[in-house]
Amino acid sequence: MSYFVNEKGYYGDFGGAYIPEMLYPNVEELRLNYLKIINEEGFQKEFQQLLKDYVGRPSPLYLAKRLSKKYNANIFLKREDLNHTGAHKINNTVGQILLAERLGKRRIIAETGAGQHGVATATVCALRGLECVVYMGEVDIKRQAPNVARMKMLGATVIPATSGSKTLKDATNEAMRDWINNPFDTHYIIGSAVGPHPYPAMVALFQSIISEETKKQLMEQTGSDQPDYVLACVGGGSNALGMFYHFIDDEKVKLIAVEAAGRGVSSGFSAATTTLGKEGVLHGSRSILMQTHDGQVVEPHSVSAGLDYPGIGPQHAHLFKTGRGQYVSITDDESLDAGLLLTQLEGIIPAIESAHALAYLEKMTFSGGENVVVCLSGRGDKDMDTYMKHFNF
Amino acid sequence: MSRLKQLFQEKKNILSIYYTAGYPSLGDTITIAEELERCGADLLEIGFPYSDPVADGPIIQASSKIALDNGMDLKLLFQQLKDLRRTVSIPILLMGYVNPMLQYGVEEFCKSCAEVGVDGCIVPDLPMVEYEELYASVFAQYRLSNIFLVTPQTSPERIQKIDGLSNGFIYLLSSSATTGQNLSISDTTEAYFSRIAHLKLNNPTIIGFGISSKETFDKACQYAGGAIIGSAFVKSLDATDLKGSIQKFMKVFKPEVEQLS
Repeated sequence: MSYFVNEKGYYGDFGGAYIPEMLYPNVEELRLNYLKIINEEGFQKEFQQLLKDYVGRPSPLYLAKRLSKKYNANIFLKREDLNHTGAHKINNTVGQILLAERLGKRRIIAETGAGQHGVATATVCALRGLECVVYMGEVDIKRQAPNVARMKMLGATVIPATSGSKTLKDATNEAMRDWINNPFDTHYIIGSAVGPHPYPAMVALFQSIISEETKKQLMEQTGSDQPDYVLACVGGGSNALGMFYHFIDDEKVKLIAVEAAGRGVSSGFSAATTTLGKEGVLHGSRSILMQTHDGQVVEPHSVSAGLDYPGIGPQHAHLFKTGRGQYVSITDDESLDAGLLLTQLEGIIPAIESAHALAYLEKMTFSGGENVVVCLSGRGDKDMDTYMKHFNF
Repeated sequence: MSRLKQLFQEKKNILSIYYTAGYPSLGDTITIAEELERCGADLLEIGFPYSDPVADGPIIQASSKIALDNGMDLKLLFQQLKDLRRTVSIPILLMGYVNPMLQYGVEEFCKSCAEVGVDGCIVPDLPMVEYEELYASVFAQYRLSNIFLVTPQTSPERIQKIDGLSNGFIYLLSSSATTGQNLSISDTTEAYFSRIAHLKLNNPTIIGFGISSKETFDKACQYAGGAIIGSAFVKSLDATDLKGSIQKFMKVFKPEVEQLS
């Protein structure tokens, strides 16, 4: 069984490139060139250098002792929150900006939910002197104000998406429309492992540095590069795929993907895609999405803007359907409690997205010796407003 | 002979009109079709609405949202079209996105089209490869045309391939754009249109996206079998005087048709 993309752009039943003809030349250009460019020596040299000196990689793998004691297992945190700009998103934007330059593009567009991907995109555009336009749902603009200000300070134009639920899904629609209308000079940096082939494969590849480093660091710290469990939160699923990537073919390592249950999976305010969704097409690929009987996309809900998405990437759909990954969900309140717990036990304020992965530890039982890696995909600075309101600080 | 083939054999300057089913009111689908035919439309594209229409601009996004809020879905649309062929004789295509069609079931969709007398469909986000491998035989079984889009950036090889898979006409986009923008025919657009004309395709062509005035319609007809008007028509619809607004709109494009009211 292959868990990776095949030559047709599919992961089992999922993937493909369900795009209108207007997007075909750009997506095809990318499909034909991305691996060739990424494998060039010059690209790799520049990419690795930037990851090291600009992003600050490798990110630490930190054995969280007090958390470990509480859960009776060795809990390691992969500290993507310590990356420049505060989340894993920059791994992908550094890669894609180098790719865009080599494709001769001068204008960059992106969608963003929590604003982390928007900030990571605006950052690399400032670094390389490229024009940057970020689409962000109007609702998200309100709940992630600090990130909006950061993008503007970085020189990006932030355009509110005012259709639908005014969140990540709608920002993605607007970015796709922009790309249709600007077919020549523009590269669309998709931030998650979603979209038409080759995006899910390309984003996962750029994020795979997370598990590549984790394996080495585990070997150094524990004498084995094989953890018992790997956990990550899933919206579209880029940090999870980065965290899973080099463990996927090692079936002894259990992969746990944590979705956002919102106010509860049956509440009508949820983003638990694998529980609530069905197979279909969203944003250019065949995957699993939350939809009505008639195939209309259902508006999701999560307290965490980065998980507030009605679909998952096609590779996740495949890992879910084949049973290779275990897909679970955590409510808004559970995630906020887990965020507070990590803060007070370890002195780390996590992004609410990452707190979903942490919250699932509460539901697991350990016998004491297990090694567990949790991807701490981002830091919580952007979420202080939500934490403050919830806990009355 | 199919209604589409016959149309292209018999007519030039074909005027095709797009509208969204379920807009402005849920029950307007047939009324609009009848009135458009009476006012001289040659071909109709009835849109089945989708929540996330990425190829569409603000006007069709808005009409789609209202149609969905009104309760339109494919099941209801096919019910409304049940007696279509008693009163409407021009060719009719359904246009929409792939996900509602997948959820309805592609074979079931084709069957329903054939039962009510729909001649084909346009599904912009259904890729050519998937169509060819998975669905072309079902379309053929129910004698439905699948209409493909071509843009100025589509390569000649790909256009030839599209021509080979088409059996009705090819939908030429005036430029790479979402729907509802004004067409300005530049030298490069003209060069693209004549490039297509020189490919000697088996299928006729119609130009769409950005056609909003009589001038742009006439210009488009110089290069193709006709043109499609969508956003401009949808925008002109007036729920308080539906037939009147259609007559007023159509009079500009088909002044020769006697307007009875």
